[in-house]
Amino acid sequence: MRYLPLTDTDRSDMLAKIGASSIDELFVDVPEVARLDGPIRDLPMHASEMAVERHMKRLAGKNLAAGDAPFFLGAGAYRHHVPASVDTVIQRGEFLTAYTPYQPEIAQGTLQMLFEFQTQVARLYGCAVANASLYDGSTACWEAVAMAGRVTRRKRAVLSGALHPHYSEVVKTMAQFTGDTIADAQPAIQTEPDLEGLVSRIDEETSCVVVQYPDILGRISDLSKVADAAHKKGALLVVVNTEPVALGAIKSPGELGADIVVGEGQSIGVGLQFGGPYLGLFAVRDPKHVRQMPGRLCGETTDAEGKRGFVLTLSTREQHIRREKATSNICTNSGLCALAFSVHMTLLGEKGLRELAADNHRLACLAADRLEKVPGVTLLNRAFFNEFTVMLDGKPAREIVRDLADKGVLGGVSLGRLYPGVEALEHALLVAVTEMTTEEDIETLATELEALVKEAAQ
Amino acid sequence: MNAPNKSGWKPQMEVSEDGLHNGPQTSTGNRALMLEEPLLFEIGHAEVTGVDLPEIDGNAPTRLGGLERTEAIGLVGLTEPETVRHYTRLSRQNYAIDLGLFPLGSCTMKHNPRLNEKMARLPGFADIHPLAPQQTVQGALEVIHELGEWLCKLTGMPAVAMSPKAGAHGELCGILAIRAAHTARGDAREVVLCPESAHGTNPATAAFAGYKVEDIPATPKGRVDVAALKARLGPDVAGVMITNPNTCGLFEKDFREIADAVHEAGGYVYCDGANFNAIVGRVRPGDLGVDAMHINLHKTFSTPHGGGGPGSGPVVFSDALAPYAPLPFVKENDDREFYLVEEERVEEVGPSFGRMTAFHGQMGMFTRALTYMLSHGADGLKQVAEDAVLNANYVLRSLEDLLHAPFADSGPCMHEALFGDRDFGGDLSTLDLAKALIDEGYHPMTVYFPLVVHGAMLVEPTETESKASLDEFIAAFRNVAERANAGDETMKQAPYYAPRRRLDETAAARKPKLAWSEPGD
Repeated sequence: MRYLPLTDTDRSDMLAKIGASSIDELFVDVPEVARLDGPIRDLPMHASEMAVERHMKRLAGKNLAAGDAPFFLGAGAYRHHVPASVDTVIQRGEFLTAYTPYQPEIAQGTLQMLFEFQTQVARLYGCAVANASLYDGSTACWEAVAMAGRVTRRKRAVLSGALHPHYSEVVKTMAQFTGDTIADAQPAIQTEPDLEGLVSRIDEETSCVVVQYPDILGRISDLSKVADAAHKKGALLVVVNTEPVALGAIKSPGELGADIVVGEGQSIGVGLQFGGPYLGLFAVRDPKHVRQMPGRLCGETTDAEGKRGFVLTLSTREQHIRREKATSNICTNSGLCALAFSVHMTLLGEKGLRELAADNHRLACLAADRLEKVPGVTLLNRAFFNEFTVMLDGKPAREIVRDLADKGVLGGVSLGRLYPGVEALEHALLVAVTEMTTEEDIETLATELEALVKEAAQ
Repeated sequence: MNAPNKSGWKPQMEVSEDGLHNGPQTSTGNRALMLEEPLLFEIGHAEVTGVDLPEIDGNAPTRLGGLERTEAIGLVGLTEPETVRHYTRLSRQNYAIDLGLFPLGSCTMKHNPRLNEKMARLPGFADIHPLAPQQTVQGALEVIHELGEWLCKLTGMPAVAMSPKAGAHGELCGILAIRAAHTARGDAREVVLCPESAHGTNPATAAFAGYKVEDIPATPKGRVDVAALKARLGPDVAGVMITNPNTCGLFEKDFREIADAVHEAGGYVYCDGANFNAIVGRVRPGDLGVDAMHINLHKTFSTPHGGGGPGSGPVVFSDALAPYAPLPFVKENDDREFYLVEEERVEEVGPSFGRMTAFHGQMGMFTRALTYMLSHGADGLKQVAEDAVLNANYVLRSLEDLLHAPFADSGPCMHEALFGDRDFGGDLSTLDLAKALIDEGYHPMTVYFPLVVHGAMLVEPTETESKASLDEFIAAFRNVAERANAGDETMKQAPYYAPRRRLDETAAARKPKLAWSEPGD
């Protein structure tokens, strides 16, 4: 067995040192009912690297990789180019095979990286402080709602109808158990989000308003009015961002008055990976809220010789100290994904992120213009960044997406998939365009869509 | 593995009485290969980038709703060579499994096979979208399904929820299922029992789910006090959360009896699977009466810890709790096609308690874990548990003459050996010993956990260490233990040779500086 260094001689020498006659003696405390007479049945025996690789490649080969098709999916996970050096860095054993930096003297690499990461995220979000990451955007969204409850001592959160439905589902699932009330809604198919309607749902009991920016339909709107309305009632504004590249082109949530900004960091450095692992980002605009934040925080300090160094700090908020009184039960962050994000963001820098955002927007505008010319297709958005909604005549969008896939085109995410059973949304298709999209891809999508919509109308 | 030091060479660094190096200070602050690295924000520039992208056309029309960014973000960039050097230099300030034995108890820092990394990067796994039409991702759904089957068979449990993102998220998943099951039958129970040796996430999780947490005492032998537990059971107890093997490194030999009593009283049994590595392939928790258990794929199944995540925490369920498992899950139809059961399939969803995360879980960890399982097979996994337990017992019996081992008489340990600081001289602490081990080239063991042992030191060598590696580690550990017992005051300033001396954690917390700012800001 190539991963197990003990030899049979080692094993018997060690048993002798221990004073046991056999390995079974070391398992003597396992009750009779749970003792097995050999390896667990119905499972294969060990296999060579070559054999395992063959098995896994066979499974991988059954999937249509995004890179092998014109690709337009988004809705919370975006396909961006990841520079080659990102993967080189994250595969360095010193990062890949390290643990949480509990012994800071021999973990300065991870800690300094996290301090840089926190700074990058805080600046991107227009906030004062970001944490060292959470599991993903959806769980970060719940953590923001929970934190707003701690800050305001209120238990009613108002969710925008245009928040990613998986995110609302996560919040509602958790709230069942904490006694929070969640006022949610579904998106209305209209050019502009209904911010007045959202504002009217804020009351004196509201802990926070949660708004996505850009929203699930790709729309962008000025949230400063929502911030003002929330603050007037003593509530916090939580802004959710699922596409960090957008913030290279549009104002930061902090600038618009968000108190807590959370999001998905996957776009930068992480890759699609069928939904995980991803990277939860979490930041607060006002430093006074730091002690209510969930998750790990890395802070600057000095060592006994006065040299600058970094440590995990404010851990009195955390479960291993506070136990049942902790701000959250989380104990890991998403360290390696945070590293990938930070390396990619370092390669981009201010200039690169702005250029990347501009290029995404340019191509998305091209795609929107082209698709609008397709008979039976209507563009919903007035404003968007790199993702927009089109309405399709004829068949529900979900079926069209499947038909497109049969033709080798990954044409977008249907709202029917995200909001099953909601008739008003079933003709809507979300189309995402990034720097990876070619003009030829856009033309292919337009042509295939035209044929399918026409066919459906007949 | 640590090769034995055949040359007999040892560093001859002179150390003065104050513990500082006697060599001259360098002008750079570097010490040969130990290189100081400034912060990114001190070396990067706003106008520098390491990515070639089209220049921005200032006249291009935008459709950003009048929200164009006008302020600078405040980011800095580096070119590729500078980026690679920055992170390579940082990486060298980290200890890692690839560098040496990493005996963190309860964390299972075993070797991470590189085949797993290679497989996770196949474009068919790495470059697929979570909402891609299901006909285009049959292989990915099959991975989730196949891994789930492995987990069910290895644990002897009938169902599994794959979406939890990490161990603590898995714990939450299990406790929420327990809560949902009680609620479904109108049984409003309020209390969850946790042993006092439990990991802090257990009470934090139960409290999150709205439960009151009560401690169960341990016997002096380091196991759950069964009589006390049974006496506390009643109609208000929703369940127990027990780690097995437990955090004292012992197998809870009365687990089945405890489980039966809890079930009798109408409660459920949550088993914290953090220590599954000790029994994988050899004992099935399902045979012990477990209702829910999370499995840390990043421990037992060797997905890399990555400096603190990402983890992955699938949860196996008994028949009693399976209906309440969270969405989504993968099913197979009669045509051998796989499909996701999400919110839409209400008829198949049943009383699921809902969704814990967007999408379907940590796919990148699933491919790695499945690769690991296929490599080891049923026989290899059994050997994993046996070698892990053998290595830990070898460490226990090689150190117990020097270090207080509070449960050395409680029978063999499982995959970790627990010691306390009782015999230390002077005012030396476990922390001092840990820092002295750093100077000897080792990452310290887990310290001050579990809380039930004073100055606890929990050593988990794992099965991927050779006997030679263990012997070197034991020799180093004996050396620092002898110094600690002798009250060697120089240990109080250790580490001397790490990239940093002891860091001032109090100052860091008193006036937190959590982001870089321009000097003078």
